[in-house]
Amino acid sequence: MNIVVCMKQVPDTETKIRLKEGNGGIQTDGVKWIINPYCEFAVEEALRIRERNGGQGTVTLVCMGPDRAVESIRTALAMGVDKAIHLNDPLFEGSDNFGVAKILARAIQTIPHDIILCGKQAVDDDASQVPQILAEQLNIPHVMVVEKMEVDVANKKVTTSRRIEGGAKEVLEVPLPAVFGADKGMNEPRYASLPGIMKAKSKEVKKVTAADLGLKPEEIGVAAAKVKIQAYSLPPERQAGKKIEGGDPAQVAHELAKWLREEARVI
Amino acid sequence: MQKLKGFAILGNMDFNLSPEQELLRKTVREFAEQEIKPLAFDLNQKEECSIEVIQKMGDLGLMGMTVSPEYGGQGFDPLSYIIAIEEIARVDGSHAATVAAHNGLGLSPIYYFGNEQQKRRYLPDLCAGKALWGFGLTEPEAGSDAGNSQTVAKWVHGEWLINGRKIFITNASTSITRGSTVQAVTGRRPDGHPEISCILVEQNAAGFTAKPMHHKLVWRASNTSELYFEDVRVPEANLLGKRGEGFKMMLQTLDGGRLAIAAMGLGGAQGALEEALKYSQQRKTFGKHLAEHQTIAFYLAEMQTEIEAARSLLYRACWLKGEGKPFGNFAAMAKLYCSEVMKRVAHKAVQIHGGYGLMEEFPVARFYRDQRLLEIGEGASEVQKMVISRHLLRGQ
Repeated sequence: MNIVVCMKQVPDTETKIRLKEGNGGIQTDGVKWIINPYCEFAVEEALRIRERNGGQGTVTLVCMGPDRAVESIRTALAMGVDKAIHLNDPLFEGSDNFGVAKILARAIQTIPHDIILCGKQAVDDDASQVPQILAEQLNIPHVMVVEKMEVDVANKKVTTSRRIEGGAKEVLEVPLPAVFGADKGMNEPRYASLPGIMKAKSKEVKKVTAADLGLKPEEIGVAAAKVKIQAYSLPPERQAGKKIEGGDPAQVAHELAKWLREEARVI
Repeated sequence: MQKLKGFAILGNMDFNLSPEQELLRKTVREFAEQEIKPLAFDLNQKEECSIEVIQKMGDLGLMGMTVSPEYGGQGFDPLSYIIAIEEIARVDGSHAATVAAHNGLGLSPIYYFGNEQQKRRYLPDLCAGKALWGFGLTEPEAGSDAGNSQTVAKWVHGEWLINGRKIFITNASTSITRGSTVQAVTGRRPDGHPEISCILVEQNAAGFTAKPMHHKLVWRASNTSELYFEDVRVPEANLLGKRGEGFKMMLQTLDGGRLAIAAMGLGGAQGALEEALKYSQQRKTFGKHLAEHQTIAFYLAEMQTEIEAARSLLYRACWLKGEGKPFGNFAAMAKLYCSEVMKRVAHKAVQIHGGYGLMEEFPVARFYRDQRLLEIGEGASEVQKMVISRHLLRGQ
């Protein structure tokens, strides 16, 4: 069983986001970078699938990002991933979700893959599009928001359980190869153990560029982006709470309703 | 920051940690914050040394850090080990003590001085965190003046017959403790001084009792023990290293152990600073946050500066050890300095917290208490000064 995990490095959820001047996106200096938490579930699930399968098969990490992403790649290797492909090329910058999926698909086509695990979304842009587009590009099925996976190695299929509206669960059976978008609750990711850190030293991290994948500059990055970002803005600063004083409950309720309608405009 | 151009780089001073060391710090920090921090208050209150946490630390690889993988260890360098201790101490001193005593005092003597059979017998389980091992040096009447040891091992009918008592021995009486390395007087040397040797005593040896000590000021969630030996018979094979070399082995073990105590000072100081930093940005007095009062801001600046100086000194000592250079003098200086830095930092951190700093619910209170050990354990500050001044005067 060959498992590929797509991983994205994102700012720590506790990072205070600041914007660059103009429309340049967020300021990345001083940001603490982490593995996208949903991708961490994907890494853990890949390792567990392999363990349940008697250690058979290879877990390959595919990560697109600049040099700094190596730190997160190393963490995944120390958790137990076998090897990594680091898609690192300035030409990749500015890719939209379609572009990212295209680049990932190209890279994944070059390696054996039965199961492709992704986080269901990245906590930076929360787009939740790459896994599906990736599956389309590879012309294979996908299941998103997966909570549980049971792999039937002999018959090359996976039974998944996913949350759907109303608290219900949907159970799906999917033939492999397929793409899966990991949801919270799938597992409890392990720590990068100390022996794992030592072993990771000798694991392969292959740097791959656009040219290596046969992609031309005009096919990727900003040049090919179908989605153009118009502007970035921070959410409005939180205002101090409003206190409605007064002894008479009816009067207070009346004032609250008035405020909700006229000021907050929520009713 | 842009590198300065036009300067030829002479020498090879390099303050970068390796990617593995960075990752190690991150991993241990995350582990300590998630697995130890939430329990630290309760375990300290209950004076409980949690075997569950020890096993988790073993699973992570913290219980055999510098031992070679051949014996079940992780094969890390001295600085990596110190970074791990620093990160645990940043959250809780007791747990740092458990790990440091186990690695430095429990495993080290067996690993460095044990024969193949002894290493194979004990190290794998100890490195996995399945078992703990004590280092029985201190006695009611003998600490750094080990020559005054009253514990005696006599060679009788092809066995060691041990009688005596040890005190303040970390990790020596938990439910998973497998035994202790015991320093005992095994005879007289021609010059009249006692001949000191180290003997491995297993927990189930007849006549051997290990009893936990309670009501400590410090490290309340770590196991501290008294050991009693009443005609304890131990086979010849349990002699560690050569007969009569116990004192030398002990000194070497302590040199390494001092780095770990220094790491606890550094990590504890860091933890206390971070608590103070957080609190000073939450609490308001006279209409502004504490941190906006220059007095408090200057406290924080002083704390940070001392911590960075301590870190540089300790890391340099570890670097010397890693390079195989003499490091005893630097270990003593690092131990002296880091433990005193934590004293000043914890003191200010409590001051910044005001009345709340006197309450155990606030981690600074624990940091303040736990610090007190560092100036006493593994050679009091005064003993470090003896070591340092001897090096200084000898070097003239």
